[in-house]
Amino acid sequence: MSDINNKYVSFQDVQKTYDGEILVVKGFNLDIGKGEFVTMLGPSGSGKTTCLMMLAGFETPTQGEIFINGTAVNRIAPHKRNIGMMFQNYALFPHMTIAENLAYPLQVRRMGRSEVEEKVKRALDMVELGGFESRRPKQLSGGQQQRVALARALVFEPSLVLMDEPLGALDKQLREQMQYEIKHIHARLGVTVVYVTHDQSEALTMSDRIAVFNNGVVQQLDTPQGLYEKPVNSFVADFIGENNVLHGKIESEENGICSLNVNGEKIKATAVTQAPAGTQVMMSIRPERVVLGSHHEGIDNSFVGSVKECIYHGDHIRVRVSLLGQDQFILKLPNSAATGGVSVGDSVQVAWSSGDARALDIVEY
Amino acid sequence: MSTSVPTADNMQVNDPQLKGKLKKAERFLKIRALLLVAPLVLFVLFTFVFPLTEMLYRSIHNPILVDNMPQAAALIREWGQVELPGEDIFSEVGKALVIAREQKTIGRIGNRLNSEHSGMRSLTTKSARKLGKYTGDDYKTYMLGLDKRWGEMETWSAFKVLSSEYTMTHYLAAFDMQYNAKGEIVPQPEDRQIYIDMLLKTLKLSLMVTVFCVILGYPLAYLLSVLPSSKSNLLMILVLLPFWTSLLVRTSAWIVMLQSKGVVNSLLLYLGIISEPLDMMYNQIGTVVAMTHILLPFLILPTYSVMKSISPVYMHAARSLGATPAHAFIKVYFPQSLPGLSAGAILVFILSIGYYITPALVGGRTGQMISNLIAYHMQTSLNWGLGAALAGSLLIVVLVLYGIYNRLVGASQLKLG
Repeated sequence: MSDINNKYVSFQDVQKTYDGEILVVKGFNLDIGKGEFVTMLGPSGSGKTTCLMMLAGFETPTQGEIFINGTAVNRIAPHKRNIGMMFQNYALFPHMTIAENLAYPLQVRRMGRSEVEEKVKRALDMVELGGFESRRPKQLSGGQQQRVALARALVFEPSLVLMDEPLGALDKQLREQMQYEIKHIHARLGVTVVYVTHDQSEALTMSDRIAVFNNGVVQQLDTPQGLYEKPVNSFVADFIGENNVLHGKIESEENGICSLNVNGEKIKATAVTQAPAGTQVMMSIRPERVVLGSHHEGIDNSFVGSVKECIYHGDHIRVRVSLLGQDQFILKLPNSAATGGVSVGDSVQVAWSSGDARALDIVEY
Repeated sequence: MSTSVPTADNMQVNDPQLKGKLKKAERFLKIRALLLVAPLVLFVLFTFVFPLTEMLYRSIHNPILVDNMPQAAALIREWGQVELPGEDIFSEVGKALVIAREQKTIGRIGNRLNSEHSGMRSLTTKSARKLGKYTGDDYKTYMLGLDKRWGEMETWSAFKVLSSEYTMTHYLAAFDMQYNAKGEIVPQPEDRQIYIDMLLKTLKLSLMVTVFCVILGYPLAYLLSVLPSSKSNLLMILVLLPFWTSLLVRTSAWIVMLQSKGVVNSLLLYLGIISEPLDMMYNQIGTVVAMTHILLPFLILPTYSVMKSISPVYMHAARSLGATPAHAFIKVYFPQSLPGLSAGAILVFILSIGYYITPALVGGRTGQMISNLIAYHMQTSLNWGLGAALAGSLLIVVLVLYGIYNRLVGASQLKLG
């Protein structure tokens, strides 16, 4: 791919402060390729929405430059950027019908009437809302309004679409359905999408790449798989998915595998941290990577714990174990005949591979 | 384990008393709701609905002749207004005038007749005095000899107009019309046509006040709605400050500002912009300026509260869709703020149509409005019927304008917050 395709949108060392004292966004760098679906993920107040607003042109960076398609846009007004946008509360104009809402971006571009009508019809068909032209936004359900908002953001064929927590107001089932719908439309149209959300499962489902924000800094920029499987620090490991945490000191490191002293026991884990021996670090392992019994292949950590709680989840059983002084250690056991026998109070052999356990730097947040 | 799921069929219970039960259950709620509003309803009934109805009733109620000379009134009602009445009417009227003089009601009767046809007061009092001494039975000849006005059709049509218990004369007068000698409705003589002009002037001044309030108030309301609340609260206090000052003080302050040797004129003279003082007080300018200032909060408050509820995200959306700030404002923001603006504008317009104290103080001769005339008839000329009719016509005009507005915009679009 050419350079311009790798850097269709590019944040270069962007900073933002509202009051001259606190930096909401610090030294932000991000390159987004053409046609990519990139999500900015983070807790509220982490600076992700500010970055989106700067890209849309509603906020100006205090420092640094944003490029779209190779052009610096800091001094370009929002309406000249040709960016489609979806907002959390749909932002459909309540005094216009659905057709008028969709026609609005076309009319401000001075398109002919027949062309407007045709594009509006096509956009409504795309979101399967043909026949709703003359309704008002209030007469539509939340999901339908969200589809109209999506159609409106796409109807003028922008090559970049920004979405600011667009599914936040929908209930769970509808949200999941819309996630797939947006993903499919993205794949079909090939537009570049920058998506903001605080919902990690939404980000994992939809994105090509995810930028995890905290305190105005990007903690990790990676594919969903990379983020989940290989978090680089304790914040990312905590924020994405569920994980078991054990705190301990580094004793030694060899071939990328370090050994930690946790509660007097020795644990082997992949050394993500570069810290020297003696440093306090955090070991993280996903619950589904922990097994019962030590007779599995490649297992190099095995400890005895006692079962505190079993919760039936249908497809799996969630077992809470007290282990190495940590009584919130979670296992997810597939619901099969083999695992039926675990009950509260049992002593069990808990085991995992050092390749799945990661020793991470502890980040303050 | 399985449970039977109720279907629409078996959920519909065949209980004929179900509706009755529902009513019984809801009766308590209804009674409670009624008791909660009862004091207000009574208050409004006694202090507003009752006096207002009584006042409007006065504008058509006309008992003066029916009460004081019932037989004469009954006969005159039958009179055809083609030729002079016959002896029967003359004698009844003559006798009734004498009785009225003894009962000291002749002054009131004369006054009322005089408002229909001038000269009637002196005619009736003079004739009543002389008739008291008359002992004959040919009243017609005697009265014609007494004063030749008894032979004029106008005199008798004044009696005819007042002979019924209910009359439209006040409303005709309020619209510069009257009955002529033949009982037809004709315009008043030109020198007596004042009320329509006054009504038009009132509408014109009210419209001006409304337009100025919109021009001044809309941007301010917008500013208030977008400022952070610490600053907008301070501004809001400044907007509300006029509410906390006495109306009289505010109006007097405008006299100080605008009179010929007032602050504004002195400043303009000092700066050399004008060479002689402008007339800005005791005329229409004074009325419009002072009323605009006083009524401005009534426009700002509903506009502001509607604007406050418009999310800034709509403007963002419009901008992101490619609209310039101006286009986004006109097409997206303004239509959404319209319910508040029109509520405010209607409020200001209706308030200014009936405004009394400011025009009375700063209006001078040309800046008077119709409410000043109503007050004149209520307090000075004591023609309550005409005053009530003027007030009634004002009410009709307001209702008609509201009806037109409702047709154009729809009252459901109004929003006071």
